Amino acid sequence: MSAGGEGVRLGAGSPFWRAVLYAVLLVFAVYYLLPLVIMLLNSVKPLSEIRGGNLLALPKVWTFEPWHSAWSTAQVGVQATGLKPYFINSFLMVFPAVAISAALGAINGYILTKWRFKGDSIVFGMMLFSCFIPFQIVLIPMAKVLGTIGLAGTVSGLVMVHVVYGIGFTTLFFRNYYAAFPTELIRSAQVDGAGFFRIFWRILLPSSGPIIVVSIIWQFTNIWNDFLFGASFADFDSQPMTVALNNLVQSSTGVKEYNVHFAGAVLAALPTLVVYIVSGRYFVRGLMAGAVKG
Amino acid sequence: MGFLEISGLTKSFGQTEVLKGIDLDVEEGDFLVLVGPSGCGKSTLLNVIAGLENPTAGEIRIAGERVNELRPSERDIAMVFQSYALYPSMSVAQNLGFGLEMRGVPKAERETAIQEVAEMLQISQLLKRRPGQLSGGQRQRVAMGRALVRKPQVFLFDEPLSNLDAKLRVDMRMEIKRLHASLGTTIVYVTHDQIEAMTLASRIALLKDGILQQFGSPEDIYDNPANLFVADFMGSPAMNLVPAEVVEKEGEIGVALKQRANGALFLPAETRAAGPLKDWLGRTVTFGIRPEAVTDPDAADHKAGRLVEAECRADLVEPTGADTYIVTHLGGKEFTARLRANSRVKEDGAVTLAFNMGRSVFFDPKEGTRIA
Amino acid sequence: MTATSNVTTEPVLRRSSGATALRRGLQDWLPRIVLAPSFAVIILFVYGFIVFTAYLSMTSSTLLPRFDFIGLENYVKLFKLPNWWIALKNLAIFGSLYIGICCALGLFLAILLDQKIRGEGILRPIYLYPMALSFIVTGTAWKWFLDPGIGLDQTMHALGWASFHFDWIKNRDMAIYTVVIAAVWQSSGFVMAMFLAGLRGIDTEIMRAAAIDGAGPWQLYRRIIIPMLRPAFLSAFVVLAHMAIKSYDLVIALTNGGPGRATEVPATFMYSYTFTRSQMAIGAASAVIMLMMVASIIVPYLYSELSAERQQ
Repeated sequence: MSAGGEGVRLGAGSPFWRAVLYAVLLVFAVYYLLPLVIMLLNSVKPLSEIRGGNLLALPKVWTFEPWHSAWSTAQVGVQATGLKPYFINSFLMVFPAVAISAALGAINGYILTKWRFKGDSIVFGMMLFSCFIPFQIVLIPMAKVLGTIGLAGTVSGLVMVHVVYGIGFTTLFFRNYYAAFPTELIRSAQVDGAGFFRIFWRILLPSSGPIIVVSIIWQFTNIWNDFLFGASFADFDSQPMTVALNNLVQSSTGVKEYNVHFAGAVLAALPTLVVYIVSGRYFVRGLMAGAVKG
Repeated sequence: MGFLEISGLTKSFGQTEVLKGIDLDVEEGDFLVLVGPSGCGKSTLLNVIAGLENPTAGEIRIAGERVNELRPSERDIAMVFQSYALYPSMSVAQNLGFGLEMRGVPKAERETAIQEVAEMLQISQLLKRRPGQLSGGQRQRVAMGRALVRKPQVFLFDEPLSNLDAKLRVDMRMEIKRLHASLGTTIVYVTHDQIEAMTLASRIALLKDGILQQFGSPEDIYDNPANLFVADFMGSPAMNLVPAEVVEKEGEIGVALKQRANGALFLPAETRAAGPLKDWLGRTVTFGIRPEAVTDPDAADHKAGRLVEAECRADLVEPTGADTYIVTHLGGKEFTARLRANSRVKEDGAVTLAFNMGRSVFFDPKEGTRIA
Repeated sequence: MTATSNVTTEPVLRRSSGATALRRGLQDWLPRIVLAPSFAVIILFVYGFIVFTAYLSMTSSTLLPRFDFIGLENYVKLFKLPNWWIALKNLAIFGSLYIGICCALGLFLAILLDQKIRGEGILRPIYLYPMALSFIVTGTAWKWFLDPGIGLDQTMHALGWASFHFDWIKNRDMAIYTVVIAAVWQSSGFVMAMFLAGLRGIDTEIMRAAAIDGAGPWQLYRRIIIPMLRPAFLSAFVVLAHMAIKSYDLVIALTNGGPGRATEVPATFMYSYTFTRSQMAIGAASAVIMLMMVASIIVPYLYSELSAERQQ
């Protein structure tokens, strides 16, 4: 999706219409940026200024107290720990879940394209459908299973859940990527004497950089942003960031500290935003691959 | 018993039978070309020989040993793929050495072998590059090098030149021929290009719809096509194949070809062909003769068994530089003759053509089988 | 074979064909063996769980699962619950507006961005970044921005538009539309990216041919280009529709289902009946209905995509 493709110009490119065009595009840029700007602006304002009225005004007094509070002192749930422990929980949950699901997806994609067998498309179809199920359908039995195997309310339990329901997507990514990978290369390696694992390790993986990045970004974003599983299966001390943020914002006790909420929201958004800014191209590819199957 | 023996080979994918009982037998050092139109099963046959596909039935033997159960890497073969299949993440040197590495050849030996092959193919300066940084011709060389470095018993080539431009294709063709001459290794080579088949092969196997149509030397296939399909497929420009009635004239058996004007042209058959043609008296056969066997009287092969001269009309004159082709109308179809470059023929003018009947062939028009 | 070298290579491996066949067999099965754990996990944790939940929906479970069998009684009960009907109605309003506006806005922006825009490289990521955010973050931002106490209302008053009044988020009749506003903000950039990719994939010769045929820009888009974006529309529809049915986080963060039950959707309904109201069987039944809704969209789509792929 490179810029400067052969677009068709509306209005034959007259200066007036070009100006209108740019104006409209800029208005929408403002629309998309506004909520983020509001969050940032108001996270460095004293609470009194927010109550005073203008969310769009620059702070009269700059303060980083809301950030400090959101990070380490705010009342989240029972204790006044700030969001820090939950931020760490999210990372502890995300890293292993991403690594495991991506690794499994890679090997699955390899098998489903290069070692095809009878019924493989049914296997793939079933994995693919698992990406789209409303997770409400698995909440009750999953809670029971996690309890039975002693992982209820733990970060490890969440890792397991995210791996299980992430395999479908990572398999889809790698399968579609490897489908375009020339089969002659596999045959050549077979003639050269490489076996199943060696072909994967030496021939496919070194050429899989882009799709590994796509899968990692997709999984990272999805798992970091998950709320449902976190809210359903985590205990107070294993909650991920999104659940903690929601608790912070929804807590009905005391004064509503909007500035702290905004700072907390930015904190929760930060990791995925950084990933997006650093590798937006791959992020978009992941979205597309998730949307346009086959 | 040949060096590479294929007997009773069939291969089906689900319901579709791609190879229907192939029998082939080539000697050590032969250059076997599998040729045929796309979808004829030639690539499948090659893949079965390589062990990349399992045959449904039949047997393959290399150097007397049955290899059906052996994996590709155990058959002592090397293969050059159409897309070259160079490992994109490895350098040229690593590509060349991969097969040896998989066989546990020590590093020092590998290096020597790589150097040697690189020199032979003049790619020494490319060893450190990645496949993505090579031109088409260079990739082709690396792909061949990867096969050569293994020194296998049999080389398998799957349309290796089809991705090159015309000039490079001719160069590489000669190079492959030279390599074969110097190495003397048995080669099985798949192509859809009949010129490649003619120039490279010591044996040609022509396939169509999974059935072996003819197996023989290039000359044999060119001059003695077993059936209409072979006659039509091999040769460029294609053999003239026109309907003709078998008649007897002044005691001689021959064929009458309809002309646009003044009735039919009678071409008496050679004695060799007269016998079998007798059974077809009064019926229509397909008469075949290659353009180069129909020429101007001066250029004709006067040692030929039977030369028949006749006057025809040149509908179209195509000078190619080396020759001049003229297209006339015989047997209700276009009919090409090859004349010398300097023959002065005018379009729509009359031209005398000499038919070398020693090189004519006759087919059953319905079955396509050879009559004589 | 000896013409060029003194390097020895491995001799042909010769093995008795029995042992080789066994090894070959193992090699043939290896991929399936490696794939098996993943597949088993999917079978158990997806399809097994679906069966379990479906069974649960036909029991009299309340706080804890109970394994009796009462048939479809819970479904009858479910469809008699006013809350469930509110949830369905909200889903219908939310889903259709969400999909419709996202597609319209996405297409509009994609067409505008496809006009050889300088700075596209900056604008595109700006339109798309909300997709990287958690719905909880989006919900928090919009919750306070739309809050009449501190948000847009106050801001407009502060800027001098004293009569400005916008309290949808507190208004029972309008609250569901605020969910649409926030969801559109989050997803429309993504739909834009899909349409832009579709536009960029159209053969420019077709556009030139249409221009030569005398089609103006409006006709060109209406008659030639937009019809060619059909696959992108289909993909966008499928993705947005299943997101709408599953949407839970955004509602929780933005309105928490309120005011009252005004923004209840099936996903929040299921959660509250199962985990807070101790009506597990009803919750399970609602989850089954949700699955059926998603499946009715996804299954035909996946089926046609996969069989189209097989034909290639």
